[in-house]
Amino acid sequence: MATLEIRRLHVQVEDKEILRGVDLAVGSGETHAIMGPNGSGKSTLAYSIAGHPKYTVTEGEILLDGQDVLAMSVDARARAGLFLAMQYPVEVPGVSMSNFLRTSATAIRGEAPKLRIWVKEVREAMACLDIDPSLAERNLNEGFSGGEKKRHEILQMSLLKPKIAILDETDSGLDVDALRVVSDGINRARVTTDVGTLLITHYTRILRYVQPDYVHVMAGGRIVDEGGPELASRLEEEGYDRYAKGVAA
Amino acid sequence: MSTIRLPDTDEIVTYRAPEEPVPVAPEPAVSAVSAGAAGAARAARAADPGHDTVRAGEPAPPGPFGGGTGAHVPHRTGQRSVRLRSRNPDDFPIPTGQEEEWRFTPLRLLRGLLAGPEPDGKVSVDVVAPAEVMVTTVGTGDPAVGRALVPLDRLSALGLARSPRATLVRIPAEAQLDEPVTIVVHAAGGTAYGHLVIEAGAFSGATVVLDHTGTGTLTDNVEIVLGDSAQLSVVSLQDWDDDTIHVSAHAARVGRDARLRHVVVTLGGALVRLSPTVSFAGNGGDVNLLGLFFTDHGQHHEHRLLVEHDARSCRSRVTYKGALQGKGAHSVWIGDVVIGKNAVGTDTYEINRNLILGDGARADSVPNLEIETGEVVGAGHASATGRFDDEALFYLMARGIPPEEARRLVVRGFFADVLGGIEVPALRERVLAAVEEKLAEVSA
Repeated sequence: MATLEIRRLHVQVEDKEILRGVDLAVGSGETHAIMGPNGSGKSTLAYSIAGHPKYTVTEGEILLDGQDVLAMSVDARARAGLFLAMQYPVEVPGVSMSNFLRTSATAIRGEAPKLRIWVKEVREAMACLDIDPSLAERNLNEGFSGGEKKRHEILQMSLLKPKIAILDETDSGLDVDALRVVSDGINRARVTTDVGTLLITHYTRILRYVQPDYVHVMAGGRIVDEGGPELASRLEEEGYDRYAKGVAA
Repeated sequence: MSTIRLPDTDEIVTYRAPEEPVPVAPEPAVSAVSAGAAGAARAARAADPGHDTVRAGEPAPPGPFGGGTGAHVPHRTGQRSVRLRSRNPDDFPIPTGQEEEWRFTPLRLLRGLLAGPEPDGKVSVDVVAPAEVMVTTVGTGDPAVGRALVPLDRLSALGLARSPRATLVRIPAEAQLDEPVTIVVHAAGGTAYGHLVIEAGAFSGATVVLDHTGTGTLTDNVEIVLGDSAQLSVVSLQDWDDDTIHVSAHAARVGRDARLRHVVVTLGGALVRLSPTVSFAGNGGDVNLLGLFFTDHGQHHEHRLLVEHDARSCRSRVTYKGALQGKGAHSVWIGDVVIGKNAVGTDTYEINRNLILGDGARADSVPNLEIETGEVVGAGHASATGRFDDEALFYLMARGIPPEEARRLVVRGFFADVLGGIEVPALRERVLAAVEEKLAEVSA
């Protein structure tokens, strides 16, 4: 059982306060959807948990099973069991995807996976996500289509088996088929590894495939509403207008 | 961490052949990036008359070998393709540092070399080669010398004039070498001059490794002569001690349908100025010029390339990659490609990429393409200098990879295509180890 706790989190980017006191707890096996209009602070929350240097935490804490995440370096957070599927995965020329995956798995697991088992593991995980095996020999994310990048992020999640995964707009830019494949991948990880998931999304579309246990609405750097899956349905009908008014006040 | 990303400072310029076969005068692209406070790309000297290119109506530049050794044409600053070539050092005025070909080189570091001091140094040249290779020593007046090279600058001419002898390495026609030829050049102090001729006979296949180590001040010339259909790989490793000065010209003459791969790896030295030039003796030649340099605190690494397409249906690729770190680290890359009016069917592309790993380093990159025929398959160039991509570092670290290892992965990836051109595994490993050792210094 793992728990990610976020308490009174305030975050600045270049002297501008983006998060203004966020409280949230995500446990193993739970799926939390974070929804909200553009600029509400959803991605800032994701990157702050992962430790991107652009984001400065000015107040509050992030704890993973009681351990101070903010005191950890970016790589230490990943090794502690946090995973961020990025909205815009970075291209790294000259580094093959297979080399990257193995280096990453070695770092997270603390030892190099045995080659024969590893090859089989990767092949199966790729097949589940409908990823062309030739992608493994290509440079990391280089020339990947939007859909390939997102599938590749979920592939990493399924191989690295984090305790808590933060999926930052993994659904954006995906066509219906790709969305289904990616959603299946997320659901499979929930069942097989009991991962706690923080699903950040602007649209309710992905929530038809990945059923959330909790829905949180962010606006103006705070969580302004919380509920069960029914809240997502209401947002689908009404949009974010009523929250935007509250923020402007 | 900075958030400046490599692609943001990309400057890619590609010239395509015009529909009509008329001479074109592309604007020169000059890029210089100085890391530090600004760290952003700075375009410089874009309107420099020294970068002017061939204009319509002007006579074609003379080929370098039409006049035999000692061919001499008047120096014209406005036109790069018209160059002074001479074996006589006195034909080249002592540079002041204002000249196009000297403006990047710190002349004060040349230890008076431009005056042509008498040699007083010790340089050993040891050749290890398979039995069929002929290794001899001849005087520089021997007809074997000067077939590929007519010096293009004063130091090259001085190197030829002052060198007491030339080492001649001959790979016989049709020989296929199983093992590489290794030429170990070791300097043990003082000023020295040298001359080396590598000759690959028609239809031969060979790899030659030039391994430079030690300390001293060396001016030398390397001639690379490929017979028809020869396939030759030359790797020149500059693994000097930190205080060495090395000024060198590599002149390749490529026979009909011959293929040359030329790999330059510059890691050491206080000042290395290496000028590889290529000309084609027949149609259908193919050259791949690769370069890797890692320029540290206080080092000056300058690579000046010239590819002269003066025959039909030849192909050239130039790929130079540099990493820089530390105060005063300075790299210069000049990539001149000249496509003469007879060079129909030319296919050429050159690229220089530089990766700035820390503050205080400076990379100058000047690609230049002169085209006199429109009937080319392709002609393009690109130059890009950027800071280490912190977003890539974040991405790799977010997957649990420690920062030193992430940095290593990115830099190895950056150099991958050039490293792949070194086909001798032990040498490739040695270069990689040296790169990682330098990298560890910056992380420390």
